[in-house]
Amino acid sequence: MENRGTPLVELRDISIAFGGIKAVDRVSIDLYPGEVVGLLGHNGAGKSTLIKCLSGAYQKDAGEVYINGEKVTINNPRDARAHNVETIYQTLALADNLDAASNLFLGREIVTATGTLDDAKMEAETRKIMHRLNPNFKKFSDPVSALSGGQRQSVAIARAVYFNAKILIMDEPTAALGPQETQMVAELIHELKRQGLGIFLIDHDIHAVMELCDRAAVMKNGALVGVVNVNEVTDDDLLGMIILGKNPAKAA
Amino acid sequence: MTDTTPNTPLETTDDPNLPPIARFLKATEIDTRLLGMIGALMLIWFGFHFYGAIVNGQGFFLTPRNLWNLSVQTSSIGIMATGMVLVIVTRNIDLSVGALVGVTAMVMGILQVEILPQYLGLGNGAIWIVTVIVGMSLGACIGAFHGWLIAYRGIPAFIVTLGGLLVWRGCAFLAAGGKTISPVDETFALLGGGPYGAIGSTGSWIVGILACAGVLWLLYSGRQNRRQHGFALRPMWAETFLGVLGCGMILGSVLLVNAYPWPKGIIRQYAARNNITVPEEGLFISHGFAIPVLILIAVGILMTILMTRTRFGRYVFAIGGNPEAAALAGINTRWMILKIFALMGMLAGLAGVVASARLNSATNALGMLDELYVIAAAVIGGTSLAGGIGTIYGAILGALVMQSLQTGMVLIGFDTAIQQIVVGLVLVLAVYLDNLYRSKTK
Ligand SMILES: Nc1ncnc2c1ncn2[C@@H]1O[C@H](COP(=O)(O)OP(=O)(O)OP(=O)(O)O)[C@@H](O)[C@H]1O
Ligand SMILES: [Mg+2]
Repeated sequence: MENRGTPLVELRDISIAFGGIKAVDRVSIDLYPGEVVGLLGHNGAGKSTLIKCLSGAYQKDAGEVYINGEKVTINNPRDARAHNVETIYQTLALADNLDAASNLFLGREIVTATGTLDDAKMEAETRKIMHRLNPNFKKFSDPVSALSGGQRQSVAIARAVYFNAKILIMDEPTAALGPQETQMVAELIHELKRQGLGIFLIDHDIHAVMELCDRAAVMKNGALVGVVNVNEVTDDDLLGMIILGKNPAKAA
Repeated sequence: MTDTTPNTPLETTDDPNLPPIARFLKATEIDTRLLGMIGALMLIWFGFHFYGAIVNGQGFFLTPRNLWNLSVQTSSIGIMATGMVLVIVTRNIDLSVGALVGVTAMVMGILQVEILPQYLGLGNGAIWIVTVIVGMSLGACIGAFHGWLIAYRGIPAFIVTLGGLLVWRGCAFLAAGGKTISPVDETFALLGGGPYGAIGSTGSWIVGILACAGVLWLLYSGRQNRRQHGFALRPMWAETFLGVLGCGMILGSVLLVNAYPWPKGIIRQYAARNNITVPEEGLFISHGFAIPVLILIAVGILMTILMTRTRFGRYVFAIGGNPEAAALAGINTRWMILKIFALMGMLAGLAGVVASARLNSATNALGMLDELYVIAAAVIGGTSLAGGIGTIYGAILGALVMQSLQTGMVLIGFDTAIQQIVVGLVLVLAVYLDNLYRSKTK
């Protein structure tokens, strides 16, 4: 999978520390259009922190971010959204007191000609997208605190895919989902991939990563162990990388 | 995956299978919390009235005169309570609002009594306008400064505004060396109410009819909007009920404020000024709505629009619900907090206008302890101290409850110590009942 032109995203030598702890230490990784790259690693390996540097939630201490070959500065989530980077956070980042539509459009509300919120339009749009993602979803007028974990996750996923992302970051998007809903997310990932999006997928389920991803990047204690093509490695190779931090012989 | 719109048929919120009361509440979509507050208010009003009637031989509470005065007394606390909702919803607190009333009123007093007349001439029509603008701007600047310390310097709101309480009260004293500034500009004084500071019978009817038209328009456009998007409609009988109830309450209050006539002395003064001969049986000139009450209503409407119909309001709730999520959604949370405190300060300035105009003077003690009444009003009105929840109308009703208690106890002759005890107990009880209500309706 070499020579595919300019990568959609290129993270170069990203580092960030909290206090004395190097949460991410000189990690470089890239992502091409229509590609899914899995991020694996033990708890606290630095996966979420790394992608938060791309989504604007954290400001990296060092390193560079390139999007479509151009160096970009991402200082806050607004900058990331402006570059069509959408994120499903591990914590979901929902305002519990607001309903699904308000959360979906938070920060990007649809307004009427007079500049007031068009809640009816937003709810109608929310109904449409939720109908695609989770047809069982009915609780449109309740605050999201009244939803189940999986329903909340569906709202977070809907928010990330509604706004025509080019780069999608999914931090354990199926952690709270039932088997049917997980299957729907898998289908969604396939569809988005066909549409040419680039996706970073963080998931602890090695089988899911093997199935959904083109490449897998493994992190350990903040550093990158290696990046492999998933069709060239076995589950055990990946496990070895995650647990022992050792690269398989035929690393990509 | 196809992009089909779920084709819901036009449903209604009517559910004939429910028992009558539940069916009624569901069909009309009336907020039961609101009903509870109105019930509590009625309990207080009738309670004081009949207590007076039985113990003192005469009930004074449910008279046009008392209710009119009550509406005026509620204004300044009510105005500030609307702003306190935003502050508390975003998990902050503002203890400095009473001191802000004091300092803005004092600055406005000095400005309109000692400074502006020198340049504009005594009684110049622009004095009150300049004064109000300066007062509200001063409040906004002080509020913005508090907001900056809180949002950009990370000092907790409790500390910043506790400091503010002391600092600005002190400034109010120093500004005039503890003197009372009086009387204020004549036009300015109208903003505080009083016989001349009310809009009279005809004016009140006009306001009432416009308000009814507004209610009907809201119901109609709401229905159109729901139909357009295929959302459940209220059944026609429920719409009619809401329309009749809304208009009935508006017209009822017009009748009430028009039933309170000017006192004889004012009529004589007025007649002498305008060369009218007062007939033998006397003249009946209605007060009508007091100007500070109209200010409160206007503030209430604008703040409700701000909170429910604009991005700003949506972000206020989002920050209260989950500050981190709000920031991740691209909301500039610090700038929002600064603006919220500036708005709170501006409203405190407006309350300073109303309070000093009503008193016809500025004293350094003006607004003392107001912060507690304002916070209590917002909290009794259902604003959650945990953040994320609160309504403007609730806070105004809360202010009315607080003021009703106060007025009622004065009318039946409770002394200050008992008044304090009762207000304190009611506050705690109200929050407890609110908790119960919330856990039941979860
Ligand atoms: N805001 C923060 N302040 C301090 N330390 C942090 C912060 N965020 C992350 N860390 C630390 O950085 C390290 C990496 O955390 P991170 O959340 O990126 O792990 P992760 O790989 O996503 O783990 P998991 O699989 O459990 O989600 C951890 O040691 C964590 O304690
Ligand atoms: Mg994580």
